Amino acid sequence: MVAIEQNILAKNDGYAEQNRALLRERRIFALNLVSSPGSGKTTLLVRTIEALRSRCPVTVIEGDQQTANDAERIRATGVPALQINTGKGCHLDAHMVGAALREMKLPQQGFLFIENVGNLVCPAAFDLGEAHKVAILSVTEGEDKPLKYPDMFLAADVMLLNKCDLLPYVRFDVELAVANALRVNPTLAVFQVSAETGQGFDDWLAWLDSGLAALALTAASG
Amino acid sequence: MHELSLCEDIIDQLTALTRRHGAKGVARVSVRIGALAGVEPMLLEQAFQSARIDTVAERAEFHTEWVKTRVSCLACGMDAETAPNDLRCPACGSHDTKLTRGEELTLASVELLVPEPEVDPVSLDCIPAPRGH
Repeated sequence: MVAIEQNILAKNDGYAEQNRALLRERRIFALNLVSSPGSGKTTLLVRTIEALRSRCPVTVIEGDQQTANDAERIRATGVPALQINTGKGCHLDAHMVGAALREMKLPQQGFLFIENVGNLVCPAAFDLGEAHKVAILSVTEGEDKPLKYPDMFLAADVMLLNKCDLLPYVRFDVELAVANALRVNPTLAVFQVSAETGQGFDDWLAWLDSGLAALALTAASG
Repeated sequence: MHELSLCEDIIDQLTALTRRHGAKGVARVSVRIGALAGVEPMLLEQAFQSARIDTVAERAEFHTEWVKTRVSCLACGMDAETAPNDLRCPACGSHDTKLTRGEELTLASVELLVPEPEVDPVSLDCIPAPRGH
């Protein structure tokens, strides 16, 4: 019997570190967006891009099992987007993202959004080289989702509570949802937003800007 | 179903180990799974049954060890087991905790099939000839 104690995800994590080093060198603040299907990820991303693109270059990698619909929606905003189709695969991995990064023309400084496959389970385990995972929960889902899928809400550093414009019409207890999320991940940052109306976007955009600024600072001192 | 892609990674690591140790194959694999590693042990085991075909682990026995979540409380100093979906300190209720166990996904140990020792012709030459005559 040989004791090994080897990380099973070592290969993926190695690729993720390569991606992270490349992104750091380019001063690109990369976010991995994760959620269930239908949480409004792409709509949220489109609105975020529209707010950011005049200030800073934005690049997008889209992961879906099939179709290039989401990449087309992103390209319509005028920013470059590359679609990865995972086929039967349930998540993006660091190797796929690394290949996409090599294929794309990356700017010097800016934002990279990686929209993961809509799935609250598998993408939690895979580091893609992002600065943060951002989990999106919408008010048309249940308040207990963080308790049902703790792995994902623990892996994320930020939770966007989306579709808040629908709160008058749905039975959803915001306080309870936030408390549940904080039970699973005590250091989670939470923003209440609506991709439809732009509610709460000032705080979300300010958080993005501060992340990019901090990255530029570390890159300058490093 | 990312369990199948994890099994491919496990098989790759087993293949490398087998080669490094000059073994014939793998007799037993033990994998440690944290309660927050995003992996279901039963699904991983099922996936392993199909991933191992035609590999060094074809005859390997698969074993999993489940690791419960533990937190260390930065407020009261308590180190305790918690539910995977409630990382607050079970003693004082503080949110200021650090997860110490439960995220691991580790190839813990491996039992290799070692080839039968062959009689080394060089060492045969070293056996002293019988005395006498």
